[in-house]
Amino acid sequence: MAEKIPVVSPIPGVFYRRESPDKDVYVNEGDEVKEGDVIGLVEVMKNFHEVTSTESGVVVSFSVENEAIIEAGQKVAIIEPK
Amino acid sequence: MINVKEPGLMTTVQDNGRNGYYSFGMPPSGAMDKYSFIVANLLVGNDENAAVLEATYLGPTLEFDCETTIAVTGGEIPPKLNGEPFGLWKPVHVEKGDVLSFNFVKSGTRVYIAVAGGIDVPIKMGSRSTYTLCGIGGFEGRALQKGDLLKTGEASNPPASTEITLSEELIPKYGNRHEIRVIMGLCSYRLTEESKKKFFDIEWTVTPDANRVGYRFKGEPLEFVEREQPFGAGSDPSNVTDLGYPIGSIQIPAGIEPIALLNDAVTGGGYATIATIISIDLFKMGQIKSNDKVKFIEVSLDEAIEARKELNGKLDKVKETIKTVSIGG
Repeated sequence: MAEKIPVVSPIPGVFYRRESPDKDVYVNEGDEVKEGDVIGLVEVMKNFHEVTSTESGVVVSFSVENEAIIEAGQKVAIIEPK
Repeated sequence: MINVKEPGLMTTVQDNGRNGYYSFGMPPSGAMDKYSFIVANLLVGNDENAAVLEATYLGPTLEFDCETTIAVTGGEIPPKLNGEPFGLWKPVHVEKGDVLSFNFVKSGTRVYIAVAGGIDVPIKMGSRSTYTLCGIGGFEGRALQKGDLLKTGEASNPPASTEITLSEELIPKYGNRHEIRVIMGLCSYRLTEESKKKFFDIEWTVTPDANRVGYRFKGEPLEFVEREQPFGAGSDPSNVTDLGYPIGSIQIPAGIEPIALLNDAVTGGGYATIATIISIDLFKMGQIKSNDKVKFIEVSLDEAIEARKELNGKLDKVKETIKTVSIGG
């Protein structure tokens, strides 16, 4: 089995798992994602930056809670490539 | 021409700032970290106030369509040329077709990308700086977008030698904990003595609301001296009769979260400004990230002027290094 790959945020800020409060989460744990799929948003300086998966695979787990304050370079999710 | 392949999170054209219009309500904008900005220009042989790109947290991807010299300074957002890492604080020769990109931020917040000849955008009210809130200056008054084509000016000096290496003391280091020097006032008399002390005792945390307009801090609530509010002042104890806000002034709306006003901030209003960041430490503010810790340190005006002399001394050393290498080479 392939090695699990962390998805990291390049910027610090507030991590969101959904596009807006009334929308569903982008992905759930166990969902399949393709390379480039959005898995969350980071808000900083009133800007929203999309965090995308660098691999195609399955979202094993999220490493931070929705609305958690994160650091630049912090791991936000783990992907198991297919 | 420079082709913007990816804009980064917030990349704007900035120079020394739109100075002289503050009394009309126009903030100066301009590079947040002026030390890194000036050094970037000097390294490529530009006039020290030439327009550069300021990128925040996430660097842009830029393709050059002609040979030139560039320099990247500021926070450690490691630059790459055609995928190969290269050092900040050094002039670098680029060929036609070369692509500049960046790795994730390691320390600091903003990088400055200077190109020989400067970024050529129209001068608005004496400056090329972008003021995004009003949509003036810079490239069409906004942050860069994918597909933008940037012109560069004619280089006024021969390109700097790529042999230039600045000594360690001239290259700032940015950690996660910072000491920011302030001068008390204009309205520090509005805080209780206890809260004044608390303001300097607390290690404040920078919130995600931190941009070119201002930085908001989290810590503990502070209290204002009770009084009957004077005519013209709002009802909240943190209100005063409207006044001009010094650049770098710190206000605490409702005593909850202090806000430091920076280059793109409103120029006046009705909140008590309790302290003002000294101009040299405004440059440091430009390299502070969300989640970083800040302690404010009270200094006198004399100490502030001394700090400015010290920084100007460093800039003189940078100029000296460049001159020595250029003559030697």
